[in-house]
Amino acid sequence: MKRRAKFIVGGVFILGALGYLIYAGVSQSVVYFVTPSELMAAPVSGKTYRLGGMVQAGTLKWEPKSLDLTFAVSDGKTAVPVRHKGTPPDLFAEGRGAVVEGTWTADGHFKAATILAKHSEEYKAPDDGAAEPGYKELLRTLQGSSGK
Amino acid sequence: MRTRALGWLAGLALLAGLAVAFGYAPREAAQGNVQRIMYLHVPSILTAYLAFGLVLLGSIGYLATRGKAWDRLAASAAELGVLFTGVTIVTGSIWGKPTWGTWWTWDARLTSTAVLFLVYTGYLLLRGMVDEPERRGRYAAVVGIVGAANIPIVHFSVKWWRALHQPSTILGPEPSPIAAPIATALLVNWVAFTLLFVYFLARRIEIARLDDGAVDA
Repeated sequence: MKRRAKFIVGGVFILGALGYLIYAGVSQSVVYFVTPSELMAAPVSGKTYRLGGMVQAGTLKWEPKSLDLTFAVSDGKTAVPVRHKGTPPDLFAEGRGAVVEGTWTADGHFKAATILAKHSEEYKAPDDGAAEPGYKELLRTLQGSSGK
Repeated sequence: MRTRALGWLAGLALLAGLAVAFGYAPREAAQGNVQRIMYLHVPSILTAYLAFGLVLLGSIGYLATRGKAWDRLAASAAELGVLFTGVTIVTGSIWGKPTWGTWWTWDARLTSTAVLFLVYTGYLLLRGMVDEPERRGRYAAVVGIVGAANIPIVHFSVKWWRALHQPSTILGPEPSPIAAPIATALLVNWVAFTLLFVYFLARRIEIARLDDGAVDA
């Protein structure tokens, strides 16, 4: 019985340590995307980033002929100009969340290779009144999960 | 006889689930019809959580009492958990392509779910490799207990880390806006999936019991 108790205590200790290591390690290194403020704090040109934020209202321009897409990704404090060549996903729009993969360029814009639309956890019926889909919630999501 | 009645009940509940998912729930405002995948995706993962919870229960029970019934519960629930996790990943991927613009990405939620699937696939693999029933039960129970640590990681990953996957709408810390008919459709399908799971589990445990009996005789 005593031996068994020792095993249980040891097992709980090992599991706890393992869990903490995974949690601490993942929190620090596996941040899925950086925010515009974090990127602009120390931008390295030529480095690959995943940049996440809201597509700032009034900045989205798309040329259907040349497929040139330009917009700014913002976290409410800082906005980063983004350029992309291609067609964005259906849910991509001004005032909605997006994650762009690409590189920071020396001439001061973010060159996106892939654009992902971030969806909010809100589900609305078609005539639900409020026009802006998930804006508040998404912004809260971005702030609430800064890992600090 | 009672199991058969449960099977019919689960079948009827699934039909009702289909009816509300397509007939009653409205087309979601932002996503359109693709949102209806949610009625498969969310009940699947919630059922998988339940299954792996039962693996944990069966594993602890087996280590504590060495009763074969506990081992049969854990083994049967693990098979179903892997099945429902698989359904979750496939439906999520199909939803992700039109919504996010990608089939797969390595964010915290998707990665931890993939790990969940692999851990319990490994659990089934381990069971297949050990022939001696007592040792098989003991080894599997350890994996069944350790593996359960991943369940809260999967569920809270969207809260703890920045992810592409949206945070929890139901079972979240605070209630999120979800239109009532959409929530109702989700609930009906959740109940249907749970009934289906309990039916499958009862059948699978029965088969395992007959297998054990055949070995003993």
